[in-house]
Amino acid sequence: MARSTNGDSLKQLNHNGLKWDDSGKNGYHKKPAEQKHGAGNGVASRQNKQESFEQAPMYVAVCTYMGFGIVTLFGYFRDFLRAVGLEKCNLAQEREEQKDFVPLYQDFENFYTRNLYMRVRDNWNRPICSLPGPVFDLMERVSDDYNWTFRFTGRTIPNVINMGSYNYLGFAENNADFLKTVADKVQQYGAGVCSTRQEIGNLSIHEELEQLVANFLGVESAMTFGMGFATNSMNIPALVGKGCLILSDELNHTSLILGARLSGATIRVFKHNNMHSLEKMLKEAICCGQPRTHRAWRKILIMVEGIYSMEGSVVRLPEVIALKKKYKAHLYLDEAHSIGAVGATGRGVTELFNVNPADVDVMMGTFTKSFGASGGYIAGKKELVDYLRCHSHSAVYASAMSPPVTEQIIRAIKCIMGKDGTTEGIRRIRQLAENTRYFRARLKEMGFIIYGNDDSPVVPVLLYMPGKVVAFAREMLQRKIGVVVVGFPATPITEARARFCVSAAHTRAMLNQVLHHLNEVGDLLCLKFSRRKRPSSCSLSEETDVGLDS
Amino acid sequence: MNFKNFREYLSWLYFQYLLITGIYVLEPWEKSIFNSVLFSAIAMVVYTSYVFIPIHMRLALEFFHEIFGGQPESTMTL
Repeated sequence: MARSTNGDSLKQLNHNGLKWDDSGKNGYHKKPAEQKHGAGNGVASRQNKQESFEQAPMYVAVCTYMGFGIVTLFGYFRDFLRAVGLEKCNLAQEREEQKDFVPLYQDFENFYTRNLYMRVRDNWNRPICSLPGPVFDLMERVSDDYNWTFRFTGRTIPNVINMGSYNYLGFAENNADFLKTVADKVQQYGAGVCSTRQEIGNLSIHEELEQLVANFLGVESAMTFGMGFATNSMNIPALVGKGCLILSDELNHTSLILGARLSGATIRVFKHNNMHSLEKMLKEAICCGQPRTHRAWRKILIMVEGIYSMEGSVVRLPEVIALKKKYKAHLYLDEAHSIGAVGATGRGVTELFNVNPADVDVMMGTFTKSFGASGGYIAGKKELVDYLRCHSHSAVYASAMSPPVTEQIIRAIKCIMGKDGTTEGIRRIRQLAENTRYFRARLKEMGFIIYGNDDSPVVPVLLYMPGKVVAFAREMLQRKIGVVVVGFPATPITEARARFCVSAAHTRAMLNQVLHHLNEVGDLLCLKFSRRKRPSSCSLSEETDVGLDS
Repeated sequence: MNFKNFREYLSWLYFQYLLITGIYVLEPWEKSIFNSVLFSAIAMVVYTSYVFIPIHMRLALEFFHEIFGGQPESTMTL
């Protein structure tokens, strides 16, 4: 049942056993103007403190800006050398005949790519030569000219622990027994569909999958699409149009933003997970209506995600639903990362907060993360899904999901629901929850700054300085751990991070090995910026960091 | 972290300096340029302070001595 008041939702959260991390956080929200995730009154801020977004000390921000400034200066210097001709330019350049035209390659994004990304791009796009399970093999590549070109040495780096794949329940596996049904379906249906859903690409296996997804989520009906990104970008234009209002969270994924822009509706952005901002916008929308004519909005759609993958934060679903009911708006919930990964039986954030799935108007999710396949779904009331079958761009123009992928999703969902007769699914969900809790607790104990909710398997570890981001990725690879580091422009310029994705397939030994190496690298690079009081006695080690860095 | 000898500790400090200033991502000749510019700037600061600080300290001490400590002397002579 939905909780419609803040007080009740608080009790409900406590009852579900969500963790409160209240170890002295009051001191760290010193600068409310700078903190973008803050909320106003006591209730909301206590909930916010359950998701921690600790700020780093001031010297870290100063050093980050200084690092970017110095590298930018050298970037201008190198651009000058290239312009003068003292140095060969390896990037695309305008043709001689077009030198007087509007420049193609001189905006800041190209500057950044040329002068910062190219220097360090050996940490991204690393080719993998095995399946992305809990351990994988990487191809070793070296560069002779500072990452402008790469060559493969021919060797592979075997058994690198994979902390970057969205393999939350461990379904990225190649066990022949588990994949037997997939092989059978390939025999039966072939590998490709060669058509769209509305033409002759509507296979019986698609119907079976949609029925299964609807049962899994507890809704009336569902529809699946071949690509997760296209599910968002092609279906939002079918649902809203001109004269509608979209209230979108600050940190929404690009697919949601693209879908919103394509639809032609008015888009307003509210602060991340901030219910006051959302309520203010809803009030203003209801009172003032459309911009010039002041007519009522045809539809108001609130777009949120279940788990935000860059922050690891979880949406405040009970409060959003309360607001939606009060102001008669609709809710679009994108559960790309949270379906299968949170909740006691893996049903996502609706189960985590014990909310009736019928309260969410449009439930969207992807099969890429927890189900080890590809594609997305939209679920909800039967009228909604029937409308989408006719009007979705993806159904009309995009080719349908291929049969082996469909069967993989079917077997994964059956495994999670327990319909295949084993307890493997529920074991994996429990293992994921346990791994998440353990990993996060140990990282906090070590002194790293971590963002996000204690239940989310996405763990961003903040690194801040550009030099440290690069050194971190390289050092971890030397220790045979593959991590994903993210910097500007995917994150704010001062908040570069390493994003760990915990998986149910990781054993405790693997996690311990990762944590051990993280500890070493954290000491080597001085990454333990956290200033909160820790239960263990290693609070002295952070003092040495302060002394050396300031 | 255990450093076997002082040289290892110094090299770790140099590594931290590279990371914090962001020089770590640059090519070696760019690192040399930055290091030499920084080193010459620091050398100039040190030299200037070596030349001028004793003089300034002496003048400042004389100034304050004249204000506070000079009064009893002048009344004595009167």
